[in-house]
Amino acid sequence: MEFIGIDLPLVWFILIGVLLTGYAILDGFDLGVGALHLFTKTDEQRRIMINAIGPVWDGNEVWLVTGGGALFAAFPAVYASVFSGLYTAFMLLLAMLIFRAVAIEFRSKQPMKWWRSLWDGAFSISSICTALLMGIALGNIIIGVPLNGTKEFSVSLPSLLNPYALLVGITTVALFMMHGSIYVVMKTVGEMQQLIRQWVNNTIIFFIICYAATTMATLIYMPHMAEPFKNHPLLFVLALLNMLAIANIPREIHHGNEFRAFLSSSASIAAFLALFAIGIFPNLVISSLSPEFNLTIYNASSSQKTLRIMLTVAIIGIPFVLAYTVTVYWIFRGKVKLDAMSY
Amino acid sequence: MTVELLARIQFAFTIAFHYLFPPLSIGLGVVLVIMEGLYLKTKNILYEQMAKFWVKIFSLTFAMGVATGIVMEFEFGTNWATYSRYVGDVFGSALAAEGIFAFFLESGFLAVLVFGWNKVGPKMHFFSTCMVSLGSMMSAVWIVVANSWMHTPAGYHIVGEGSNARAEITDFWAMVFNPSSVERLLHTLSGAWLAGATLVLSVSAYYLLKKRHKKFAQASFKIGLALLVFASLFQLVTGDISAVGVSKNQPAKLAAMEAHYDSSAAADLYLFGWVNDNDEKVEFGIAIPKLLTFLIHGNFTTPVRGLDAFPRSDRPPTAVVFQTYHIMVAIGFALIALSLLGVYLLWRKKIFSHTMVLRLFLFSVLLPQIANQAGWFTAEIGRQPWIVYGLLRTADAFSKNVHSSQIIFSLILFGIIYFILFILFIFLLDQKIKHGPEEASEIPSEFEHQKQLFAS
Ligand code: HDD
Ligand code: HEM
Ligand code: HEM
Repeated sequence: MEFIGIDLPLVWFILIGVLLTGYAILDGFDLGVGALHLFTKTDEQRRIMINAIGPVWDGNEVWLVTGGGALFAAFPAVYASVFSGLYTAFMLLLAMLIFRAVAIEFRSKQPMKWWRSLWDGAFSISSICTALLMGIALGNIIIGVPLNGTKEFSVSLPSLLNPYALLVGITTVALFMMHGSIYVVMKTVGEMQQLIRQWVNNTIIFFIICYAATTMATLIYMPHMAEPFKNHPLLFVLALLNMLAIANIPREIHHGNEFRAFLSSSASIAAFLALFAIGIFPNLVISSLSPEFNLTIYNASSSQKTLRIMLTVAIIGIPFVLAYTVTVYWIFRGKVKLDAMSY
Repeated sequence: MTVELLARIQFAFTIAFHYLFPPLSIGLGVVLVIMEGLYLKTKNILYEQMAKFWVKIFSLTFAMGVATGIVMEFEFGTNWATYSRYVGDVFGSALAAEGIFAFFLESGFLAVLVFGWNKVGPKMHFFSTCMVSLGSMMSAVWIVVANSWMHTPAGYHIVGEGSNARAEITDFWAMVFNPSSVERLLHTLSGAWLAGATLVLSVSAYYLLKKRHKKFAQASFKIGLALLVFASLFQLVTGDISAVGVSKNQPAKLAAMEAHYDSSAAADLYLFGWVNDNDEKVEFGIAIPKLLTFLIHGNFTTPVRGLDAFPRSDRPPTAVVFQTYHIMVAIGFALIALSLLGVYLLWRKKIFSHTMVLRLFLFSVLLPQIANQAGWFTAEIGRQPWIVYGLLRTADAFSKNVHSSQIIFSLILFGIIYFILFILFIFLLDQKIKHGPEEASEIPSEFEHQKQLFAS
């Protein structure tokens, strides 16, 4: 499974990990903004919330779309098994993503109070549910699914909602809320900023409680996730860095360095996903029936040729993607200002 | 109902709904490039007024396209797991390329297009508009490539056997330039331009009929008409090329499109008719004798392979394919006629007061939408019973681990959501149109400082 010394499935495991991490960091804050949306009271505050993510949320979601495409191309067996096996959960997730997209677009189009409250609700609830469902999916991947010899499984919605997965789901919501609140602090000034600043502290506390509970539960009930760390103690550095990153957030907020706080929470999201990836590696989907049915990066991958073509595509494409992303964030840097073309 | 049938209905429903919006975005994208280009060139504020108005409509269709498109990205896996395993090696790379090359481009510059009026200069803004338009066409490129590969697979070989068989790529460029991708891409793009052009025409005709925003409407009308003339003729050319391509690559589909049963005979071209599939003939039809043979072979005698050359189990549902195909072609000719009529009356300087013709243009917006849907139904149903032509049957491709109740649930879920979305979309579109463009005097000039609500 090697091509001029490069382990291509491993490269793609990492690249898809990078795509999904990019997604979690970027869409993470706008899901978080959505989750906090209903806590704001006036129409103006709500417009600021939405316009803070207005120009960028669509681009953020493209990281998910591209991650999906890349998963299809690099690990078709995983794409096929997971999406069909979690059919109903994915349909609900897709429905939530639809509501989120149209709520942002529709809200500003009519001045009526009921209209705006309706879409405020849709925006907020769909953001929370999106984060929750993604966390639940992650939790179930950690637990393992009844994957059989034909590479198929099917899990009904109720059995997805087991306590561990729910815990991971809630932790994800908490993480994104914290991340989103820091983002809003960065994008606002004056009174509004003061208001959100208080929320940051609450979301940090909420998150740290969830984080501690999830870590305990994982260590107790999911010992296989800790296995790699026992074998390679160096990996503990990552876990340590993660904790430092989290601890750094309140400190930076206190000193008024919102951007650094934002970088810290981005780093902790990246560290979380890295811990998850190391925990399941080299598996992509763990079978609860027998380890021989696991989908690994080797038995689920596309041919060497496809992986190589895709690598070329990625090498050509990624510099452009980064260039657009940086340009757009640069153009829209600074505090939110509402004008005639705003939402 | 079987899981297979439900999966097909669910997929067809969600993709058909998605496809209401991308053609509008692709078409309006081109219109926006023209308008902003004219503005940069002439500095006439009228064009800025136009661009700003159409950007608002564009952002609405775009949002709908995005919301419904995300669903599609995952439905290959949810509904067609076996197919996804089978084609992932070949098909997935086109889909991933779409994300990297098209969606990032589109969504990044869209931000500048919609929100960037006061953040960047006019040239940079124009550049962003061009990039959004290019991005939307690039997404058509990659998705049509992927879809064309299902119709005319190339650049692959099959490894494994039985249920483990799958296609593996051997030649990327042969996959991209498979025998039908170029012609289908051009035809699809042109269909999207028609959708955009008629929307502009329809709204302009509405203002002209209501005697509102006269200068704005006349100038928009001319731009829409120019695009309509070009795209409607281009549609005929690329459609003809596609039909010849289908005759070579998918003879059963072509035979179904014209309900041609007898392989020993030259084929007629029906203007309309009713297919009686049991007796293998067309009833109440009017046909131009042997014209299909002529279009394909350039003479009036060579026989065309008919449906009798295929066992019934390998034939697509003829009646549906025939009707959807004829609806599309009829609309194609209607659009050409309409565009020529428009040009003639414009030349005679009568068009802007010709109530009857303006009414026709008011309703023209429906035609490309119907034709686009009909065209896809022809192409996709004509491909049956194959999901990948000649390689994998639809009946073998669905997700075996999904229950029919799950699909029914999702069908109801999306049925309700899309119904609501559609009503809201029409409602908001209607409001935007009734509200009309901002008067030129009310548009702040490019660099005027906006009122800063939260001054630091
Ligand atoms: C505004 C929309 C529109 C209009 C007016 C037409 N078409 Fe079309 N047609 C499409 C929009 C479309 C489409 C939606 O873009 C399709 C569906 C699949 C595809 O590749 O393009 C299509 C498919 C399609 C196919 C099937 C290709 C395949 O199965 O691979 C043929 C043979 C034609 N068209 C031919 C024509 C002819 C001869 C027309 C007469 C003027 C025509 N079309 C007008
Ligand atoms: C099953 C097939 C399809 C899939 C999987 C798909 C996927 C998607 C996705 C994921 C998006 C959202 C991208 C974003 O977040 O920015 C989208 C939007 C879009 N799609 Fe599709 N799509 C399909 C069919 C088509 C076809 C056939 C066309 C054109 C010929 C098309 C053109 C577009 C365009 C232009 C957009 C941008 C949004 C818009 O303009 O409305 N798509 N599609
Ligand atoms: C955007 C316009 C499109 C429309 C309106 C459309 C329409 C349809 C319809 C009506 C069917 C059901 C056919 C049947 O069951 O008899 C179908 C099936 C399917 N289409 Fe398309 N399609 C579109 C684009 C695409 C694209 C771009 C792709 C792939 C990239 C695609 C892939 C499929 C697949 C995998 C199936 C299921 C298998 C099958 O029934 O053949 N479609 N589509």
